Amino acid sequence: MGFKNYCFKKSLWVFHFGGASCNNCDIEILDCLTPRHDLERFGILLVGSIRHADVLLVNGSINIHDKERLIEIYNQAPKPILVVAIGACGCTGGLFTESYTFAGPVDKIIPVNAYIPGCPPKPEAIIAGIVKLVKSS
Amino acid sequence: MAVNLFYFLVFPGLLFVSVTGALLSWFDRKISARVQFRQGPPLLQPFYDFFKLLLVKETILPRKGSPMIFLLAPVFAVFGATMAGVFILLPLFNISTGFRGDLLVIFYLLTIPSFSYITGALASGNPLAAVGSSREMKLILSYELTFLLVIAGIIMKCGQKFDLYSIIQTQQAGSPFIGSISGVLLFIVALFCVQAKLAFVPFDMPEAEAEITGGIFIEFSGATYALIKLSKYIMLFILPSLLVALFMSGFMLNGIHILWAVLKVIGIVLLITLIKNTNPRIKIKQAMSFFMVWMNLIAVIALVLIAFGY
Repeated sequence: MGFKNYCFKKSLWVFHFGGASCNNCDIEILDCLTPRHDLERFGILLVGSIRHADVLLVNGSINIHDKERLIEIYNQAPKPILVVAIGACGCTGGLFTESYTFAGPVDKIIPVNAYIPGCPPKPEAIIAGIVKLVKSS
Repeated sequence: MAVNLFYFLVFPGLLFVSVTGALLSWFDRKISARVQFRQGPPLLQPFYDFFKLLLVKETILPRKGSPMIFLLAPVFAVFGATMAGVFILLPLFNISTGFRGDLLVIFYLLTIPSFSYITGALASGNPLAAVGSSREMKLILSYELTFLLVIAGIIMKCGQKFDLYSIIQTQQAGSPFIGSISGVLLFIVALFCVQAKLAFVPFDMPEAEAEITGGIFIEFSGATYALIKLSKYIMLFILPSLLVALFMSGFMLNGIHILWAVLKVIGIVLLITLIKNTNPRIKIKQAMSFFMVWMNLIAVIALVLIAFGY
């Protein structure tokens, strides 16, 4: 188990699910992959297909339409998959908690492994969250 | 029999080409990162990726489509790449197979990985994978003729010899083929063919991540995707070594020449990586006209030059 777990931790491929986001979190996530922060140092890659993913990043408030898609994406992912909720909307619902289209924060819909709060979280905060996730898994 | 199995599985075969190819894949990613002023992944990153996909992740079979062909396609891809690697590397390491005409067999074996990707993608039943595989088919149609012209040029240059061993021996006795005008032209054409065979930018439209999200590989997960990664690593090593064998007089395995052999392969991978990092992805139509008109034209000019002895 040690070797498998080590390889898994060393090569996390990330799939990005954007709910009804205001795009600030999307931009901060992309910032993590830019030369200044460079997540590829830790073997983290952004992949295009959920079938290749190890981490599902969810940001933005999840409304009624997003809920079905999020569940479908989660079921399509090969297990084991880690789910990270990014931003105030992903963690708690933030500004949109009272809204009539809001379908609950991410952890009401799928199991979440890590929360990275902030509106939007800085790239440093996202990297700190990923490091904590890697250490705990 | 035992020797043949050893050739296939261990020394120039599966184990050797996989490990070397994985290290070259790290080199490719590191150079890409340095070109973009990034730090880049650690040395063992391709191994982590491969073992994670093989051992940890779940393999998902398509509900619609053909699971059997879907599972077998990556195995065939690795088999074809390894077989081509054995045929290329045995003459390079000065082991004569006594097989006259292996250059044509190598030419056919090198297309097996692409064909396996196409069949696997079509067996997955995903529309985006179908788009990707149709693009891959068009890409094969455009670069195969050009690659055949390059091989014809090499055969003309060394006096109608069809086997890689005597091509290397001819170059080591005389001068490497890249040292003439026609050789330089053929090398440029062959480099672009290799770029397209590896499906690197600018010819990566079969797997275009941004538009068709992985294309032919969209449905592969877990162990099947690990085998596809393995065949990609192998291709990244054997195609540059084929270029070394055809143009740069192969490897000489004594003293300082071992260093030159390593530097030749690394130099070609460096060229491919720099082309990859300084170009945008082109449309499939542009790729077809690029190969069918311009590259074929250069190859034919090179053939005419060879016929006049340049």
